[in-house]
Amino acid sequence: MASPPTSEPVIELRGVEKHYQMGDTLVKALQGVDLKIFPGDYISILGPSGCGKSTMLNILGCLDQPSVGQYLLDGLDVSKLSDDDLSQVRGKKLGFIFQSYNLIQQLTVVENIEVPLYYQGVSEKESREIAVELATRVGLGKRLDHRPTELSGGQQQRVAIARALSNNPSVILADEATGNLDSKSGGDILEIFDRLNAEGKTLILITHDEAMSQRTSRTIRLKDGEIASDRRREEKVP
Amino acid sequence: MIQHSLLREFSLFRLKRSVLLGIKSLWMHKLRSLLTAMGIVFGVCSVIAMLAIGEGASHEAQQQIKELGSQNVILRSVKATDATTAGEQERSLILEYGLTYRDIAQIQATVPGVLVTIPAREVKDFIWNESRSIDSSTLGTVPWFPEMRNRSVVRGRFFTEIEMNTRAPVCILSKSLARHLFPLSEPIGDTVRIQSSYFRVIGVIADDPATASAESEDKNGRADPNQGAGMEMLIPISTLEDHFGEVLFKYRSGSFEAEKVELHEVTVRIDEPESVMPASQAIRHLLERNHKKVDYEMIVPLDLLRRAERTKQIFNIVLGSIAAISLLVGGIGIMNIMLATVTERTREIGIRRALGAKKKDIVVQFLIETVMLSGAGGVIGVALGLAIPLVITHFAEMVTIIEFWAPALAFSISVITGVLFGIYPAFRAAGMNPVEALRHE
Repeated sequence: MASPPTSEPVIELRGVEKHYQMGDTLVKALQGVDLKIFPGDYISILGPSGCGKSTMLNILGCLDQPSVGQYLLDGLDVSKLSDDDLSQVRGKKLGFIFQSYNLIQQLTVVENIEVPLYYQGVSEKESREIAVELATRVGLGKRLDHRPTELSGGQQQRVAIARALSNNPSVILADEATGNLDSKSGGDILEIFDRLNAEGKTLILITHDEAMSQRTSRTIRLKDGEIASDRRREEKVP
Repeated sequence: MIQHSLLREFSLFRLKRSVLLGIKSLWMHKLRSLLTAMGIVFGVCSVIAMLAIGEGASHEAQQQIKELGSQNVILRSVKATDATTAGEQERSLILEYGLTYRDIAQIQATVPGVLVTIPAREVKDFIWNESRSIDSSTLGTVPWFPEMRNRSVVRGRFFTEIEMNTRAPVCILSKSLARHLFPLSEPIGDTVRIQSSYFRVIGVIADDPATASAESEDKNGRADPNQGAGMEMLIPISTLEDHFGEVLFKYRSGSFEAEKVELHEVTVRIDEPESVMPASQAIRHLLERNHKKVDYEMIVPLDLLRRAERTKQIFNIVLGSIAAISLLVGGIGIMNIMLATVTERTREIGIRRALGAKKKDIVVQFLIETVMLSGAGGVIGVALGLAIPLVITHFAEMVTIIEFWAPALAFSISVITGVLFGIYPAFRAAGMNPVEALRHE
């Protein structure tokens, strides 16, 4: 088991299970998951397909709710929240990065970064400032008004990272973030992740790529809906 | 706290950005958006154009009726059509029928609210100006006839009371008659002849709107092209009695026709518009008592006006139904496209939900798009709907009237259509499961 740091956990799962009804049989996608994630953690969640990774992501990302158990995010029990409150939590505390970037095609780079801020009711002027700053930080300062179709995969994923950062979330969830990228672009993205973690951001990378575990400070392996191992490296390899 | 968040939900800033976003999304599929809005365009445009044409036609009809005087009841003598009663007429060679001085004396005395009566006698014979002639009617009447019947004297003057009392041989020609008899010269001061009587022309009066329209209606069935619409000559009633007597003889197609008619036409002026209908009822009863057969006809312009208004109402209901159907079709078109759009943008919906959009944010987003689509259709429709009547008026010379409320009504209906037909697709979009929406290819 990983040795817990002293601070309060940002995420705490207590006996979380997720069940799906498939025809006559009840499928348990997750069972008895207990997990604590602390501020500043850099975690990779690994496992073969069908091990419950996606379910884990949906629950951690407040896109879905556990069938059994409790999920505390920043001390708030989100397992029983209404749909509207869940949206609010996603928009305020979480940042998403997807494998296929998931940018909105009709919006420009800046506008895509602004989407989470729009739903938080941030003023136009303020959100524009934040978006421009973040776009510059991920190296797209000269492509503010480009549309996703005019960008390469790596560039699109960097827009997605900027978007995930725009609401200053407690946790960033990345789902196979480098899965659609060539190794060069993928490496660039991972370097950004390293930098973000060094700045104190909590990152959870969900992946099937074993190499990722070399990069993160904590590796959780899932198997058949359960946590098979949870290891924390004392020192990151430089 | 709740108030604050509500304020934020409906702030103008959000609305503005939602509208901008809607424009962007619609602009991505320009042709599709245009075609979808077309349904509404045609609906709105046809509503306005048809209303304008209908309004114009009924206005014209009402104008003609109003010119007869809405406070008047017009009585006319007609030959009774009943064959048996004609046979009973003592085998007299003189056909006797129509309104009498006794009738109007009784009307004056017994019907409440009667201000004045305008008696008139008519002679139908050829009117001559040297070698030009026309078989037309000559009306003997009183000096206040033009005022009571809303007929304006366009040139010269009408005859006076003194001229009536002195039985002066003066006449006033209707505009079309004047044009026929005096195509090139000035009629005023000249003389016209009927049989052996000469009359000095002292004025020209506007055509009678009632006969002008009635005669133009049966233009096709008319054999004698010589007798045009609205042609008549007006002389003092006393002068007419002097010259033509009580019994009117006419030599026509080889035989004499003799008629004895005391009064051909009586216009009864009622004091208040409200008492026109009861007074006309009273007059009808009085005439029914006095006349065994129906040898008169009664025209109540107010009644005609009310009927014209009722016709217009029915017309409006029919128009309304057509408009409702066309907008329904347009609305279905919009709904169809919005459902397709929602499916197409499932992933976008998932992304937005993941990034913090609430269900109602998604509802508002798609509803705004639908309303913008139908609203844009409405604006184009209003523009076309305003232009079409102008074109019709210009080329077909038809009167069209655009009521100020017609474009407003048509536009609001288009927006309401957008809301109604946008609700279902919008709620369908909002009801999507974010997890499944994100997975959608």
